[in-house]
Amino acid sequence: MVSLNPVQIFNAGAEEEKAETARLSSFVGAIAIGDLVKSTLGPKGMDKILQSSGGIQVTNDGATILKSIGIDNPAAKILVDISKVQDDEVGDGTTSVVVLASELLRESEALISQKIHPQTIITGWRKATDEARRALQSFARDNGNNEAKFREDLMNIARTTLSSKILTQYKDYFSKLAVDAVLRLKGSGNLDAIHLIKKSGGGLQDSYLDEGFLLDKKIGVNQPKRIENAKILVANTPMDTDKIKVFGSKVKVDAVSKVAELELAEKEKMRDKVNKIIKHGCNVFINRQLIYNYPEQLFADAGVMAIEHADFEGVERLALVTGGEIVSTFDAPESVRLGKCKLIEEVMIGEDKLIKFSGVEMGEACTIVLRGATKQILDEAERSLHDALCVLTQTVKETKTVFGGGSAEMLMADAVSKLAAKTPGKEAVAMEAYAKALRMLPTTIADNAGYDSAQLVSELRALHTAGKHTMGLNMKEGEVGDMEKLGITESFQVKRQVLMSASEAAEMILRVDDIIKAAPRPRQPDHRHH
Amino acid sequence: MSGSLAFDEYGRPFIIIRDQERKSRLTGIEAHKSHIMAAKAVAGVLRTSLGPKGLDKLLVSPDGDITVTNDGATILKQMDVQHQIAKLMVQLSQSQDDEIGDGTTGVVVLAGALLEQAEKLLDRGIHPIRVADGYEMAATVACEHLEKISEGFKVTPKDREDLIRLAMTTLGSKIVNRCHRQMAEIAVDAIMSVADFDRKDVDFELIKVEGKVGGKMEDTMLIKGVIIDKDMSHPQMPKNIKDAKIAILTCPFEPPKPKTKHGLEVKSVEDYRKLREYELQKFETMVKQVKDTGANLVICQWGFDDEANHLLLQRKLPAVRWVGGPEIELIAIATGGRIVPRFEELTKEKLGTAGTVRELSFGTTKEKMLVIEDCNNSRAVTIFIRGGNKMIVEEGKRSIHDALCVIRNLVKDSRIVYGGGAPEISCSLAVAEAAKKISTLEQYAMKSFSEALESVPLALAENSGFAPIHTLADIKSRQIKEKNPRLGIDCLNKGTNDMKTQSVIETLSSKRAQILLAVQLTKMILKIDDVRGSADQVKKMP
Repeated sequence: MVSLNPVQIFNAGAEEEKAETARLSSFVGAIAIGDLVKSTLGPKGMDKILQSSGGIQVTNDGATILKSIGIDNPAAKILVDISKVQDDEVGDGTTSVVVLASELLRESEALISQKIHPQTIITGWRKATDEARRALQSFARDNGNNEAKFREDLMNIARTTLSSKILTQYKDYFSKLAVDAVLRLKGSGNLDAIHLIKKSGGGLQDSYLDEGFLLDKKIGVNQPKRIENAKILVANTPMDTDKIKVFGSKVKVDAVSKVAELELAEKEKMRDKVNKIIKHGCNVFINRQLIYNYPEQLFADAGVMAIEHADFEGVERLALVTGGEIVSTFDAPESVRLGKCKLIEEVMIGEDKLIKFSGVEMGEACTIVLRGATKQILDEAERSLHDALCVLTQTVKETKTVFGGGSAEMLMADAVSKLAAKTPGKEAVAMEAYAKALRMLPTTIADNAGYDSAQLVSELRALHTAGKHTMGLNMKEGEVGDMEKLGITESFQVKRQVLMSASEAAEMILRVDDIIKAAPRPRQPDHRHH
Repeated sequence: MSGSLAFDEYGRPFIIIRDQERKSRLTGIEAHKSHIMAAKAVAGVLRTSLGPKGLDKLLVSPDGDITVTNDGATILKQMDVQHQIAKLMVQLSQSQDDEIGDGTTGVVVLAGALLEQAEKLLDRGIHPIRVADGYEMAATVACEHLEKISEGFKVTPKDREDLIRLAMTTLGSKIVNRCHRQMAEIAVDAIMSVADFDRKDVDFELIKVEGKVGGKMEDTMLIKGVIIDKDMSHPQMPKNIKDAKIAILTCPFEPPKPKTKHGLEVKSVEDYRKLREYELQKFETMVKQVKDTGANLVICQWGFDDEANHLLLQRKLPAVRWVGGPEIELIAIATGGRIVPRFEELTKEKLGTAGTVRELSFGTTKEKMLVIEDCNNSRAVTIFIRGGNKMIVEEGKRSIHDALCVIRNLVKDSRIVYGGGAPEISCSLAVAEAAKKISTLEQYAMKSFSEALESVPLALAENSGFAPIHTLADIKSRQIKEKNPRLGIDCLNKGTNDMKTQSVIETLSSKRAQILLAVQLTKMILKIDDVRGSADQVKKMP
């Protein structure tokens, strides 16, 4: 009897998980990811070592950790994705967003086992999210109009962000670096203009912000190594040989002498080009592409400093710093804007020579030189500083701030709890769960620091219920404290994005009741090695 | 087995089908049973996705990519299906998607239920063809009844409110319903700006749905213009252009390449210099030609090299390069410009105009997009979807597409029925009534059809957490008692079963197509009585 046999509708190798099994598998995956990064949260969070074929990384950054681990569980992949988006969008809070989403799912697991329909939970969560966002918004402060206060805010935010990273020991120093760098951008928010150069050697405190611009390139041979009042021509043009662009052309000659003539003509063309460039009245020529020996020599003869092979970003930044335009044709010298700077010289950092442009016209770009003992420290310092810079630029755009140290989370949890108490129906249970998940963030911060989280969080909860919404965790002393006095501030934008992304992702995972996996694509046998 | 072996006049066997023993074969009732099982299995997967309280499915592709969706067609497309009948179901949902764009889940659930009922009839010894005929008759009755209970609907650009409610019905089952009304409004506005009410048609080419991960779903917006995923060719070109006059070019900023094969030989120094001159001149003329027409933005389908790029910058002519073909067309439609294939043909009249062209940048990454808006012709629109992660943005795109399709269908055919399972229940009653008047065997088939129609409201009630049979029986009796075909399942617990008060609206064309397509497929499956698998397929089967 065929009809007794199971009918297989999927391809061999494809899998299907239904209802409870599917839910279980996504909860397990999501919670596992949450637990993995949980321990890095907060000022006393721990780092992770990531081993790959390319060497090792030591990091505290949630996005970096999640990016580097291979994951098969689909729900876990969703969490990794939100962490990546958080990184792209606001640059910080990559750990918090994953922890919050996984805590939400952990709570919902309990609700599902009480036979509450996922859609009911989602309805409750949505109301809770709206309420939490409203509470956060109404509590946020805006010092955007007061410059001195806003700077203080920025310093606080930078300090708070850096306090959970490797730079925590020098956080005052680096906060100042980061705030200075971001304020120089004058609100443009273009992080490209901030150049991070890593040079191993020295200690982290030897890092500094250079007002000018450092270019990790060499000056051509026999050319001046120091130029005052430089006029800079930033170019993007081939300086090897100019190709003929007319389609289908080729050189065909019938005698050796003609070849020599053509070669001369080519040389002449190059010389013309160099002359044209010099006619612009520049004494520094920086090209994105290679400069061959012959033009280099010509430049040297004319006393012009020529720097070759500055990569594309370098050229763009230079154009930004010096105020020149990126030039590719040289026939109209009068209409080309040249970049200017007071002094160009070679400087030594550690063992490497760099070219330093100081006294630049537009103060928008700057360079931060990071020094550190090992490559891992430098990499981590770069990531931390990048996070801080991202948060700061976001804050410059959206000047609202909220208090950190778990106080924002407690505030939202408080608002959600109050709403739940007023709501009749099953949604209230889901809202309670939402508030509980929010409270898990300060709990985790306290746990990571080795304090009694149950005691601290319940104290905090009582304070927030009493309306003291500036109270949060003081992780230095292991007690609750006033965040306003301690100056622990976070960007409103980051907190809101954490809240929204985490609830979106948790909702998405909760809605799933069926996981269908296609058979993995068979790999082509590898024929490269015999 | 019969038919595979024959004997010649001397009694020697000869083989008609080669390798008979290695081929799988199912015949007669066995084949039917197996098909029905497969179809039921597929319908079972989709059943829980039906309705506003339906849940999503998570699909993992062969490469490990993840899709989370509620859309029947997408689920089936990405399911790694091997069974031949299951594949037919996938195509069924696909054709509903192509034809109507919505109701892709419902059609599969209905087809599954029809086959399930057919199985019972087959067990009672009714010939499959008679079942199929009965279904056909029932479908005719059901469709007539649908038209009877349908209502006319005014579709005018002014009357947005009802259309928004329609779009909200479609979007109700998707994850985007957290910004339910906003999404519905976007979809309605998009259709309204491109719809051609005289021809009763909507050109979907004019609506582009773009997504970008990041931000939140509330940031989703409708842009009356075009978005292209490109930025200005030179970093120092202006990022914001007011009153743009756009030259739309499909020729590169390069010396022309004649189509005929040719060779240009440089024989002497003279030639070399001349060539150099020519090249220089060519660039100059090209830029000049563009500049002369008064254009202040160039959109180019091809690239241009650094020199041309700088020349453009110097002549204060911002440019965008490598813009894809479809985008070029959209820009041309939106700005009212002509696509110009040669520099010589560029004239003032052929330029497109736009109020503003600006660059959008996102978050901390360097990604940028170019927005062309306030165009002359506001008929090309772009829906720009944002969301916290990739899967949400993708699902948002699919949901918006569904909503757009539904509104378009209404522009084409302005009749509606009410949703929430109400038309199915009403049709089921009508078919049951009609069945009594039939004196032949088909009567049983029609009765089964009427029962199968109930599967949709049943699934709706089940997904919403009601006792399905109890709820259905209640509504059925009320529909007869109150003679009100608008009573359906109250999925959202709003306290009323009248779908008109709940304003749950679906289009007539979608419902009709669901019934007709489901019946067609059922008939086709019922007609198959012999399946042969080829030899290598047998090997694959475990």
